[in-house]
Amino acid sequence: MSAKQLGQLKRRHSIISRRANRLSPSGIRKFFDLLASMEGVISLGVGEPDFTTPWHIRERAIRSIEEGYTHYTSNMGIPELRRELSRHLRERYGVHYDPNEELLITVGVSEALDLVMRAIVNPGNEIIMPDPSFVAYDSCIILAGGEPVRVPTCRENNFELITADIEARITDKTKAILLGFPANPTGAVMSRDRLLEIAELAHRHQMMVVSDEIYDRLVYGVEHTCFASLPGMREQTVFLGGFSKAYAMTGWRIGFAAARKEIIAAMTKIHQYTMMSASTIAQVAAIEALASGEPSVLEMVEDYNRRRKFIVKGLNDIGLTCFEPRGAFYAFPSIAVTGMTSEEFSEQLLIEEKVAVVPGSAFGACGEGYVRCCYATSLADIEEALSRMKRFVNRHKRG
Amino acid sequence: MLKEVLRILENDARTSAKQIATMTGATQSEVSKIIKQAEEDRAILKYKTVINWDKVEDEQVWALIEVKVTPEPEAGFDAIAQRIAHLPQVRSVYLASGTYDLWLVVVEKSEHEIGDFVSQKLSHIEGVQGTDTHFVLKRYKEDGERLDKGVGEKRQPVIL
Repeated sequence: MSAKQLGQLKRRHSIISRRANRLSPSGIRKFFDLLASMEGVISLGVGEPDFTTPWHIRERAIRSIEEGYTHYTSNMGIPELRRELSRHLRERYGVHYDPNEELLITVGVSEALDLVMRAIVNPGNEIIMPDPSFVAYDSCIILAGGEPVRVPTCRENNFELITADIEARITDKTKAILLGFPANPTGAVMSRDRLLEIAELAHRHQMMVVSDEIYDRLVYGVEHTCFASLPGMREQTVFLGGFSKAYAMTGWRIGFAAARKEIIAAMTKIHQYTMMSASTIAQVAAIEALASGEPSVLEMVEDYNRRRKFIVKGLNDIGLTCFEPRGAFYAFPSIAVTGMTSEEFSEQLLIEEKVAVVPGSAFGACGEGYVRCCYATSLADIEEALSRMKRFVNRHKRG
Repeated sequence: MLKEVLRILENDARTSAKQIATMTGATQSEVSKIIKQAEEDRAILKYKTVINWDKVEDEQVWALIEVKVTPEPEAGFDAIAQRIAHLPQVRSVYLASGTYDLWLVVVEKSEHEIGDFVSQKLSHIEGVQGTDTHFVLKRYKEDGERLDKGVGEKRQPVIL
């Protein structure tokens, strides 16, 4: 058999689908292996709260088990949770969703994102998204058969999306734009004015907007603008959110999608054949979070804010210049002073100083030259990490 | 701003004025001024450490003692409470509602010494009518800090 024939045979019999093969492997795989072999590492690499879920929420979940909440729920989620969520969204953002037809409880925003892409994307459709952005975005689009179209964002614009950059990428294949603000990995928040411009653009081009607002509660000194609350946008937006970040409930896996009836119906169909329903216990816990979690949210936000100011100043002081992130719990400093790529920087920093950060390039080409530092970790650890990074930067400074 | 500074210090008394300044956005001298004022006003009483003495095998017996007292015509409960507060064995004194008037937290080296304290010191104070002593069997949480190992870090070191 010739080499060519062998190649053909292999391709024909490849077990892994082309679609799965197209997904890029996580850019930080090798760090896991490296990390596993090391002790005394301070991690600024974690993308989740360091707080444990507030006790009253955990307690409610424990009680729900005692009470026998061990069955499936309605596909769309426990009606009481949908009612509470509807009330919460109306009070907070002034946007109303019918709890019976326009809200779907999902297994984290991750599932909601997958569902919405599968519900709206036809093969070849283009979905516009920011670069850098959360690693799951382009994979979800690809899995749904769509094409991600990345819009560069840059530090000069505080990593906000600029309308002209979006418009330049709109084609007749464009189906939607996917927004994720406050942003992972940059901590950027979009100003209301810039969002209004995007709303106008979406209206003019009859383009759907998928808005991932999982970090909506983690903003500092600014107000979060809910995209669906902008004039005319409720009908054109699929609003995604969840409990993970605001209530420190990442492990519970509860998110939601809010949109007009026909979209939620399509998403619910896919959800019911693939997921059935989100965890019952976690949904009961989420009801409790909405009912009485507010003081905990405010307390945690205040605490994050202190650490945010601390790390941003610390990074700037050691030459890793950093714009002021107004949301989420990430700082996104430039590593230009070292002349390294973000992967080299992250790897060497881990090996030499035992500090884990995430290379910006893992989030897209525009993340190159930056690293993501999560400040959802103790102040003492942040301080120690900064002093180790200072040594590292002094050693590797160019010129 | 005062409350913000106090909350930070209550959580960690070793946080420096410089660190607090960075966290709050105030200047270092503003923070120092606030702290100094709080100390003068006795809003800040003292900087202490929460210690788990069990770790150093130092024998300590804690007792919660309820005290029934006769209030004085002029000073009410205050005078007698202040007198009790002078005793070095007494860690805390509270005026409380209910059957007993005062609650004391008393720390001694042995149950025997707690007994001596009640019979020879406390009961001799004028106005003390009766006491009810509860020995602490085990401490689980002290000043907001768990004494067991707690939950520890359950997060993976890197998550995207």
